[in-house]
Amino acid sequence: MMRRACIRSFRLEGRASARPGHAEACPSSPFGDLHGPLQQVAKTGWVKLARSGVAIFVVLCALLTTTGCDLRQKMWDQPSYRTYQESEFFEDGSSARPLVEGTVARGFLREDDHYYRGKVDGEFAKELPEQIEVTRELLMRGKERYNIYCSVCHDPAGYGNGMVVQRGFAEPESFHIDRLRGMPDGYYYSVITDGFGRMPGYAYQIRPSDRWAIVAYIRTLQLSQYATLDDVPETVRDDL
Amino acid sequence: MAQVFGPWANTVAKLSIVLGVFFVAAALATLDTIHRSSYVRLTGVARPQPVAFSHKHHANMGIDCRYCHTTVEEEAFANIPPTSVCMTCHTMVWADSPALEPVIESYETGEPIKWKRVHDLPDHVYFDHSAHVNKGIGCATCHGRVDEMPLVWKEQPLFMKWCLECHREPEQFIRPREEVFNMAYESPKDQHELGEHLVEEYEVKTHNHRLMDCWICHR
Ligand code: HEC
Ligand code: HEC
Ligand code: HEC
Ligand code: HEC
Ligand code: HEC
Ligand code: HEC
Repeated sequence: MMRRACIRSFRLEGRASARPGHAEACPSSPFGDLHGPLQQVAKTGWVKLARSGVAIFVVLCALLTTTGCDLRQKMWDQPSYRTYQESEFFEDGSSARPLVEGTVARGFLREDDHYYRGKVDGEFAKELPEQIEVTRELLMRGKERYNIYCSVCHDPAGYGNGMVVQRGFAEPESFHIDRLRGMPDGYYYSVITDGFGRMPGYAYQIRPSDRWAIVAYIRTLQLSQYATLDDVPETVRDDL
Repeated sequence: MAQVFGPWANTVAKLSIVLGVFFVAAALATLDTIHRSSYVRLTGVARPQPVAFSHKHHANMGIDCRYCHTTVEEEAFANIPPTSVCMTCHTMVWADSPALEPVIESYETGEPIKWKRVHDLPDHVYFDHSAHVNKGIGCATCHGRVDEMPLVWKEQPLFMKWCLECHREPEQFIRPREEVFNMAYESPKDQHELGEHLVEEYEVKTHNHRLMDCWICHR
C-alpha cells in the first residue's frame, strides 16, 4: 500500500503543478482521486516524499530478498543431519556415531551357528542351512552376486583368472580342482565371511542369505564343468 | 520560486515506472539465469577429490557399481565405500603407488577419507535410490556415463522440473531391471511400447499422476 501511495502522489503532483486545476481530471489514473491527509502530504513536500518513497522501496526490496534468501537457505540446509554430513558437535567431525563395542541390535543375536557361521558342532557344515531352499531364484541371485563380488578375481567361470588378478592380485586356485570340489558348503561360506589367506573377507558387502546363494551357485559352476551326458534330460539330448 | 519540473516531468515519471519495472524484471531474470547456470550448479564440473579415484579406470575392469555402492538397491542412500573396500584389492594392487597413499594412511589410522559430495539435493527434498533402481531406472539415466568419468561430475543440474519430467512419463525412460547397471544401455526404437509394458509389469505408481504429488519428494 505504502509504495503505491508514494508513486501515485508523485504523479499527481507533477501534473498539478504544471497545469493547475487538472489534478482532479486525471482519467488515466488507475487509482482514482486522492483525498484527505495524503493529498496534504503530497502537496507540501513531494520531493521529501519521493525520496522516502524510494527509500522505503529499497528497504522493502532488501528485506524481501534477504529474508527470502534466509528462509530459503534454512530450508536448503536444515539443522538435522543427512547421511555422512559433517558435524561441529562431535570431536571427530562426523555426525555418524560409531556403535559401542559389543552392541547387538534387537533380533540380530545370530545364535544360529549353521546359518551365520557355516558350522555345525564346530565342523564346516556339509549342507546348506534349512532356511535356504534351493530354487531357480536362489541360483539366479547367487549368479548375480557372484558376478558382482567374486568374478573380478575368480573370473565368471571360477578358474581364478579375473581382471584384478591379471592386474597383479594373487592368483587363487580354480574352483574346479578336486580339493575344492570336495570341500563342504560351510567352508565356502566361511571363506566369504572371514576371508582366506590373501583373500579379504566379504562380510561387510554381502549379507548371510546372499553368501549362501553364492555358495549354491559355486556348486552349480563346479557341476557345470564336469557335466556328462547323463546329466542332461533325455528330452533335450537331441538338441546338443 | 520557478517551477523546477515542467510538463515533461510527467513523461519522465511514467517512463521511469516502465523502465523501473523492466530493470527489476531484467535483474530478476539475470539472477535466475545465473542461479540455474551450470556455473552455479556445477554441472559437468569434476570436483577434485582427496584421492584421484577414477570410475573410468575401475569400471572398465568390469567392477560392478554394487561392489562399492553396496546399498543402492536396498536403501535411499547409495553409500560411498569405506576404505576397507578399496583395500580388498589395494592390499596388493598398486599398494606402493603414491596415488594411493591417502587410502593406505586412512586404512592404518581409521581416519575416514573425506570425499567431496558431487550430488547434493536441498534438505527439503527426499530422494530414494532403491525406489528407482528396483523399478528399472538405470544409473546412467540420472548420472550419465559414470564409467567414462575419470573424476565424477554432475550430469544433471537436478532441477525439480527434471525430476517431474520423468515422474510424469516414466515410460520414456524405464528399462528392463537387468539393464539398470549396464552403463552402455541404449533405449530401443520401440521405447514407448516397451516402456508402457514395463510400467505395467513393475507396477509403477503412475495412476492419477501420483508421482507428481508434492509430498512424494517434499515430506
Ligand atoms: C580381490 C580378489 C578376490 C575376490 C574379489 C574374491 N577372492 Fe576368493 N580368493 C582370492 C585369492 C587371492 C585366494 C587365494 C588366497 C590364498 O591362497 O592365500 C582366494 C581363495 C578363495 C577360496 C579358497 C580356495 C582355497 O584354496 O581353499 C574360496 C572358496 C574363494 N576364494 C571364494 C571366493 C568367493 C565366493 C568370492 C566372492 C564373494 C571371492 N572368493 C572373491 C581372491 C579373491
Ligand atoms: C571401486 C569402487 C567403486 C565402484 C566400482 C563404483 N564407484 Fe562410484 N564412487 C566410489 C567412490 C570412492 C566415490 C566417492 C568419490 C568420488 O566422488 O569420486 C564414488 C562416487 C560416485 C558418485 C558421486 C557421488 C556424489 O558425491 O554425489 C556417483 C554418481 C557414482 N559413484 C556412481 C557410480 C556408478 C554408476 C558406478 C558403476 C558404473 C560406480 N559408481 C562404481 C567408488 C566406486
Ligand atoms: C576390485 C578391485 C579394486 C577395488 C575394490 C579398488 N581398486 Fe583401485 N585399482 C584396482 C586396480 C586393478 C588398479 C590398477 C589398474 C591398472 O593397473 O590398470 C587400480 C588403480 C587405482 C588407482 C591408480 C590408478 C588410476 O589412475 O586410477 C587409484 C588411485 C585407485 N585404484 C584408488 C582406489 C580407491 C580409492 C578405491 C576404493 C574406493 C579403489 N581403488 C578400489 C582395483 C581396485
Ligand atoms: C532417478 C535418478 C537416479 C538414479 C536412477 C540413480 N541416482 Fe544416484 N543420485 C541421484 C540423486 C538425485 C542423488 C543426490 C541425492 C541427495 O543429494 O540426497 C544421487 C546420489 C548418488 C550418490 C551419492 C550418495 C547419495 O546417495 O547421496 C551415489 C554414490 C549414487 N547416487 C550412485 C548411484 C548408482 C550406483 C546408481 C545406479 C544403481 C544410481 N545412483 C542411480 C539420482 C539418481
Ligand atoms: C528417469 C526417471 C526418473 C527421474 C529422473 C526421477 N524419478 Fe523419482 N521415480 C521414478 C520412478 C519410475 C519411481 C517409482 C515409482 C514406484 O515405486 O512406483 C520413482 C519414485 C520416486 C520416489 C518414491 C516414491 C514412493 O512411492 O516412495 C521418490 C521420493 C522420488 N522418485 C523422488 C525423485 C526425485 C527427488 C527426483 C529428482 C532429483 C526423481 N525422483 C527423479 C522415476 C524417476
Ligand atoms: C519428483 C520430485 C518432486 C516433486 C513431485 C515436487 N518437487 Fe518441488 N522440488 C524438487 C526438487 C529436486 C527441488 C530442488 C530443486 C533445486 O535444487 O533447485 C524442489 C524444490 C522445490 C521448491 C524450492 C524451489 C527453489 O528454487 O528453492 C519449492 C517451493 C517446491 N519444490 C515446491 C513443490 C510443489 C508445490 C510441488 C507439488 C506441486 C512439488 N514441489 C513437487 C522435487 C520435487
